[in-house]
Amino acid sequence: MSCTLSISGLSHAYGNRVALDNVGFDIEAGRFCALLGPNGAGKSTLYSRLTRLITGAPAKISIAGIDLEAAPRQALARMGIVFQQSTLDLDLTAHQNLVYFAALHGISAGAAKSRIEAALERLDMTDRAHEKVRTMNGGHRRRVEIARALLHRPQVLLLDEATVGLDAATRSQITAHVHALCEQEGMTVLWATHLTDEINPTDQVVILHQGKVLTNDTASAIAGDAGLEAAFLALTSDATKGTR
Amino acid sequence: MNAYLTAMLAIIWREGLRFVHQRERFVAALVRPLVWLLVFAAGFRAALGLSITPPYQTYITYETYIIPGLCGMIILFNGMQSSLSLVYDREMGSMRLLLTSPLPRWWLLFSKLLGSSMISVVQVYVFLGIAALFDITMPPLGYVAVLPALLLSGLMLGGLGLFLSSLIKQLENFAGVMNFVIFPMFFLSSALYPLWKMAESSGVLVTICKVNPFTQAVEMIRFALYSEFSGPAFAWTGVATIVFVCLAVWGYDPARGTNRRLG
Repeated sequence: MSCTLSISGLSHAYGNRVALDNVGFDIEAGRFCALLGPNGAGKSTLYSRLTRLITGAPAKISIAGIDLEAAPRQALARMGIVFQQSTLDLDLTAHQNLVYFAALHGISAGAAKSRIEAALERLDMTDRAHEKVRTMNGGHRRRVEIARALLHRPQVLLLDEATVGLDAATRSQITAHVHALCEQEGMTVLWATHLTDEINPTDQVVILHQGKVLTNDTASAIAGDAGLEAAFLALTSDATKGTR
Repeated sequence: MNAYLTAMLAIIWREGLRFVHQRERFVAALVRPLVWLLVFAAGFRAALGLSITPPYQTYITYETYIIPGLCGMIILFNGMQSSLSLVYDREMGSMRLLLTSPLPRWWLLFSKLLGSSMISVVQVYVFLGIAALFDITMPPLGYVAVLPALLLSGLMLGGLGLFLSSLIKQLENFAGVMNFVIFPMFFLSSALYPLWKMAESSGVLVTICKVNPFTQAVEMIRFALYSEFSGPAFAWTGVATIVFVCLAVWGYDPARGTNRRLG
């Protein structure tokens, strides 16, 4: 199967501090890949590089077959992004936020109408479409952001700790929804998290620690008999000791 | 509709909505020049003699003299306030949405500038309307002729603000920049006193005033309000606009300006 997201030789430093060190992995089309790492592992830097918020040392990054460095705009057009920090305009309604986003991708309000209705319906947000985002709770805001990230029909969806600050039930609903996007619509997902309960056994897992990829396999293979969380803690703990 | 135009209209629409939602900002933007016009000018008119200088054909009141400067003041403060909101947007994350759009970044930033300039123009016209209620009026055609001058001034000062916002790491640092940019720019200009008056006190100061792009913007507005075209002021403002907008686009280049801050 072809890889929709491919990264190789990605390094990034802030001055002397190395945030990413020769990171590389591939995600096949329609796979849910969890990028698992403790705080400060380099997850947000990786997302910033993938979304071109920052650039740095040359690396080979391919999004749906498009070279990010050679054709960044085409690559961004194929990418849906949900940032860790909310990027919704609180004074606009959910619908207005979606119209605004569609326009930033060159989709007119008329053309976006059916897409917006479908995206809100998929996330069970139709009734709240005309509520101001400011009045919504964290879970609903996240749903609006996911609906928004899907409006331009991307092939790759990047979510950077999208469930931070949400209660367990909402986290579970959002995680299930994104898994369903992979299974039913063939979406390729890179899901950054430090919470192992958001990962299914068949999901691909890339463990990032101190800017390096420690392992890249299915969750069940990494978990073994110990369970994913124990394996994750053991791996990151061993790596930390190794660097001392 | 063209994708570029769709995005531009949406950005202008959002700027407009933001303006409507922040009525306090609108009132504050009007109170400032009105206090200068109705209080400061009233006290100052006796102290400051004005000679007949172009574009004026006759002696004018001090209130009439400072109208273009106060129009410039509205645009200057609005441009900087719009940049302040960009620093806030960046800290809060919503700027990321703009920066990860597949459309060219320069186009999106220019659209944002155009949107904030249009808001400034609306504020200036409301101010001119209130001034007219106090019998401080311009020739009727001047109200139309001044429109492009106001828009160009808005783009120039917005471009400067946008560039400054790309340099500022945190919202708290913006207050210092306001003091180091807004006040010198405003006071070292022809907004409140004619340059010949300034020349009587200091040759150095008047030179600084002349190269201050804000002076040129104010003079461009002053001439336009009397349906006259000041070539040098227009050229100076135009060049400054291009320079500031280019610097702003450079400032928001992913390889440079936002590099250390968004990671």
